[in-house]
Amino acid sequence: MKRLFTLISLLVLASMVLAACGPSAAPAYECTDALGCVTIAPAEPVHIAYWGVLSGADASLGEDSKRGVEIAIDDMGGKVLDHDILLTTEDGGCTPEGGATAAAKLASDTSLVGLIGSSCSDETVGGIAAITNAGLTTISPSNTRPVLTSPDRGPDYAGYARTAHSDAFQGKAVAEFAYNFLKVTKAATLHDGSAYAQALQQVFADEFVKLGGTIVAQEAVAKDATDMKPVLTTIAAAGPELFYYPVFVAVGGFVTAQIRDVAGLEDVKIIGSDGIFTADLLKGGGANTKGMYLSSPDFSAFTGDYAGFIAKHKAKYGGSTLSTFHAHAYDATNILFAALEKVAVVEADGTIYVPRTALREAIFATKDFKGVTGTLSCSPSGDCGAPVIAVYEIMDSDPASWDPTSATAPNPKKIYP
Amino acid sequence: MKKENFLWSAVKTGLIFGAIAIFLCFLGMVEVFSKRDVVEKILTLGQFVLLATMVSAGLVASRRTSSLLEKNTPVSNLVAGLVAGLLTGLVLALLVVIGAQINLRAVFLNASPTLYKLLTFDKGVGNVWILPTIGVVAGLIGAAYLLLPQILSRPITRSIFFVIFMALFSGLFRVIMINQGAGMSRAAKYIFGQTGVTSPGALIFFFGVILITIFWDFRGKAIQSGIASLPKGGQLSLRVIAIIVIVLIILLLPLASGPFIAQVIVTVALFVLMGLGLNITLGFAGLLDLGFVAFYAIGAYTVGLLTSYGPFGLQHIPFWVAVPIAVLVSMGAVFMLGLPVLGIRGDYLAIATLGFGEIVRLLAGSDFLAPFFGGPQGIIGIQKPCLGLLEPFVKVDVPRICNGIELGKPQDIYYIAVASALLIAFAAWRLRESRLGRAWMSIREDEDVAEALGVNLIQTKLLAYMLGAAMAGLGGAIFATLIGSIFATSMQLLVSINVVSLIIVGGMGSIPGVIVGAIALIGLPELLREISEFRYLLYGMTLIIMMITKPEGLWPSQATRRELHHAEVEAGVKV
Amino acid sequence: MRTSIGERLLDLAVSGVLWGFRILLVAGILIGTIATVRAGKYTSEQWIDFVVFGISQGSIYALIALGYTMVYGILRMINFAHGDIFMTGAFAGYFLATWLNGTGFIDNNPVLGLVIPILFAMIVAGGIAMLVERIAYRPLRGAPRLVPLISAIGASFFLEYAFRGFFGPGVYAYPPIKALEGEWNILGIAVLKVQVVVAIAAFIMMAILYYIVMFTKVGKAMRAVSESKDTAALMGIDVNRIIVSTFALGAAMAGAAGVLYSLIYRQVGFFMGFTPGIKAFTAAVLGGIGNIPGAMVGGLVLGIFESVGPSLFLEGLGIPRPYQLKDAIAFTMLVMILLFRPSGILGERITTKKA
Repeated sequence: MKRLFTLISLLVLASMVLAACGPSAAPAYECTDALGCVTIAPAEPVHIAYWGVLSGADASLGEDSKRGVEIAIDDMGGKVLDHDILLTTEDGGCTPEGGATAAAKLASDTSLVGLIGSSCSDETVGGIAAITNAGLTTISPSNTRPVLTSPDRGPDYAGYARTAHSDAFQGKAVAEFAYNFLKVTKAATLHDGSAYAQALQQVFADEFVKLGGTIVAQEAVAKDATDMKPVLTTIAAAGPELFYYPVFVAVGGFVTAQIRDVAGLEDVKIIGSDGIFTADLLKGGGANTKGMYLSSPDFSAFTGDYAGFIAKHKAKYGGSTLSTFHAHAYDATNILFAALEKVAVVEADGTIYVPRTALREAIFATKDFKGVTGTLSCSPSGDCGAPVIAVYEIMDSDPASWDPTSATAPNPKKIYP
Repeated sequence: MKKENFLWSAVKTGLIFGAIAIFLCFLGMVEVFSKRDVVEKILTLGQFVLLATMVSAGLVASRRTSSLLEKNTPVSNLVAGLVAGLLTGLVLALLVVIGAQINLRAVFLNASPTLYKLLTFDKGVGNVWILPTIGVVAGLIGAAYLLLPQILSRPITRSIFFVIFMALFSGLFRVIMINQGAGMSRAAKYIFGQTGVTSPGALIFFFGVILITIFWDFRGKAIQSGIASLPKGGQLSLRVIAIIVIVLIILLLPLASGPFIAQVIVTVALFVLMGLGLNITLGFAGLLDLGFVAFYAIGAYTVGLLTSYGPFGLQHIPFWVAVPIAVLVSMGAVFMLGLPVLGIRGDYLAIATLGFGEIVRLLAGSDFLAPFFGGPQGIIGIQKPCLGLLEPFVKVDVPRICNGIELGKPQDIYYIAVASALLIAFAAWRLRESRLGRAWMSIREDEDVAEALGVNLIQTKLLAYMLGAAMAGLGGAIFATLIGSIFATSMQLLVSINVVSLIIVGGMGSIPGVIVGAIALIGLPELLREISEFRYLLYGMTLIIMMITKPEGLWPSQATRRELHHAEVEAGVKV
Repeated sequence: MRTSIGERLLDLAVSGVLWGFRILLVAGILIGTIATVRAGKYTSEQWIDFVVFGISQGSIYALIALGYTMVYGILRMINFAHGDIFMTGAFAGYFLATWLNGTGFIDNNPVLGLVIPILFAMIVAGGIAMLVERIAYRPLRGAPRLVPLISAIGASFFLEYAFRGFFGPGVYAYPPIKALEGEWNILGIAVLKVQVVVAIAAFIMMAILYYIVMFTKVGKAMRAVSESKDTAALMGIDVNRIIVSTFALGAAMAGAAGVLYSLIYRQVGFFMGFTPGIKAFTAAVLGGIGNIPGAMVGGLVLGIFESVGPSLFLEGLGIPRPYQLKDAIAFTMLVMILLFRPSGILGERITTKKA
């Protein structure tokens, strides 16, 4: 049995290798693009892919963005340039190796035109080199790590843009909220060992000190920690008025559930960020989530038709949105399609040629694009987002009541600015 | 009297397989697999799984009947198969009926309306009689299969497995073939659909394998003896041709298949490297090291720190210089991680090394050592290998320019990884035949006797650790370059467990076994990413089944095979 | 007597490294402790809080450790899947408790509302453990040490991902028992009611187990089998049945631990057994594997050290974010015990106590 399989596998592989040496048909259109062109035959779909965290505790984050992409495709009628749109997905697992493997798989597929993703900054760090080198461009709806779009970010990131904000903004907004609105002067932070959390709490700490406050404690736990009481006791010993823990769902749930049991922290104000802006936090954190603050992109500052988007979301999926970046994913997809329509060469018979460099440049040249999240323009280093951060307060700890965009009973509800 | 027994056994078999079918439904496997096709538009993978369960019910019942009745009555076998299949179908039908009344979904997420729709082919609860009917037919097929002569049943089994294999990997093969050019592209679309094989493709594969099997059955022996009777020169040249073909395939594969397969092979090659290392530590010397990932981490971090152009890079030296240093540092780390535990034996050694591995990971990712190791932000910006000279280092976050060929893509690292793996495999092979290798094996068998015979325990064990660590360090170094960044979260206990599993599943102490184990446990799950939901479930199941049926591994060394079956005989087969 | 210089040096090196570890450890602990106490950051109330957290966490570790230690005593096998048995108990308890909660039963009968899910969890966990034993371990009784280990690893993955398939990758919130919210004032110290109840429940279970093992016929048979399988068989003991009972008993303890754990941490998820499993195993080794009181002691010691350690030693040593290294403390203790006192705190098997 074993030998038979090896024999057959070898035959298959050998035939592939031999085929590599065979002649290929010459295209009618001469592709002069430095990175090559994607050729789409008349009957074939335009293939785009979404890559992000689609499994594990943070799956709701990736699923939320994916829905934004799907709604954008629906709005295009499922077609672009008269071809059907085919959306496939890859799971990055919110880790660098996961991102690297997902990216490698995507990079091998020469039928791909463009990508939306990733969800977690870690995935991008692992996978962006493969994507850029394959000539693909990816627009992330939810990476927030500052260095990803900094001007000196390196050539590996030539194919990377994002419609999400950078945490440099979010940390600052939270600091301003704490100091100016809540009027606290002593704050403590906690991170869960993820690159996202550690960077974000540091931005907050630096900005808060600049405003005149003091950071009394900066602690950290491991991602799989469950017993938070000792670390919370240490934080309590420092006497903070505000406790900021911009972590992911696993740690966020445990901290919120246990914090009021620790002497000294019964009245401390608690605030988290977009990593726990999901109904899963209410499940894990229980009754203590009521009154908790969460920072996130400001939904009411979206200048586009966000209400219309929400209506479409409700119609297609029932229930409310899962997390924060669905509209950003919607805009990212539309930016991709707009650039595609601009640079694609369409033959009379319906064959499409998409020059890769031209597509990449068109994406980066996006100016005054009327998206749902705002009027977007992309900087040369890939920042396309219109960063307005708001702070929300959780009104009800029942996970079934989660509906941040409801007009009548939003939960959580925006309170700042 | 016996007649009662075999029917009753068939009933029991049917119930057990019915439970298994429900288990698969509740897992969500049936639903998820329904999105994948075996044969496009004809058979989904989910349907296949359920069918396979029913056929297996019939098969097992038939086999039990044969052993119960001790004589050959095909009719009883068929009846048993029928009964078993019927019961499996009935149990499933029961699920649908109950599910329509009670909301099972409150507990089992996958007991959803979608599932019931799938089970009744979308025709509602009234149509539930379909399931037992299919069960009866499937059970009969299963039972009949056992009655077929081997000449017929073997080719059929192989063909079916081959079709399934092609269906699972259809996405992959399709992409590869499309990349080759118009001709291959048309062929690809003819036999591979988007989610499975097409009907013509299935027929081609099925009958193709049957023909090949029948051909081999009839002419195989003749061919083999033909080759054996060739003069030595002839045999040698055949071997050389085979080797050349294999080498060509290895060299050209990344060009044909693109970065994804190259990346998967690199990952497999790295695990082969680690496996070879652990093979020395555990397979030859019998030291159960569950903290093996620590050496991998040390190798990766050393290369990272030495070559990175990011803020944590220490020296900015080229890859080719950094790798030997990383290997040496890993070997040096043995003095901290291996030396203390030299006196510990057996399971305690496993736990102690597990502890060390976790301590290394926690320290590397901690804020405490962040100024040195990057903490949660990790080390990014690792310079790619350059076949040529590197321009001098300019400033932080600017990569050094390569005056030559930069080996940046997975396809390039592929060559480095595969070459290293083959080199180390060769070295491991020579080591095993050497005096040192024999000393190791004597320690593995019995430490005290070995010492009495003059083997220096400390030295020999230390060498086993050091060589194992060196290989793991090499693997880590290549990994760091492949991903271009290192995070402490990659250095989990899971990696050590994977390495131990793969050398045992492949065959402990056996070098080809390590390669086979790595392909089976690391390569396959990576390639089958669509099934990734159930990857670890199947992984766990595979481990259990392998240990029960073939504990000596897939490609064992001669000694292990003798050892394990000897132990089996000694202990008695069933307790 | 032909020890060469090289060999002498190596021996020296080994002892040197071992002594170096000892000194580093003791020095680290002393310096850290002194510095922390001098800094005076924590009140004595807070220190007591740390210890109380440690005891409640530790009693859960102890319960799980019992299963490990019993199985190792009898089969010399590390049951990697034991942490996941703990998880199955937690899920079972969760579903029953949620159902009971829906009918208001728990609010009206807090004691029963606690006990019934625990019993249910014990039964389910025991059942699953017996299934695992039958399928994955029994066929491998005579095999060399590594084979059942790999099979156990496989069983662990299988259980984890089967439950993930059944119940999804998210977490479930265990319904809180209203009667257990708030604090009690014991001897002037404010302790959470939940923690006290958990610790007491754990102790009761351990006492019951100890009684079973020491004073009943089944227990005697278990001890006999763990001393020598063949002799026990010769004495007429059904070795198979005893092995199965051991698994079931250990699993029942773990299942109960699952419910208790969920009461405190309120989250139930498919992966929750992985880390507690490793920690509990550490506890078992700490206390002396094969030794039942040892498992209890090991669990408590581990829990307390994990809770108190970061603030007591690490902070004093100037290590930032000490709680990240909480697990490192646990593993360091494990390694130290294995290096310097492998028989554990209370020494190895219970059978060394000759009647």
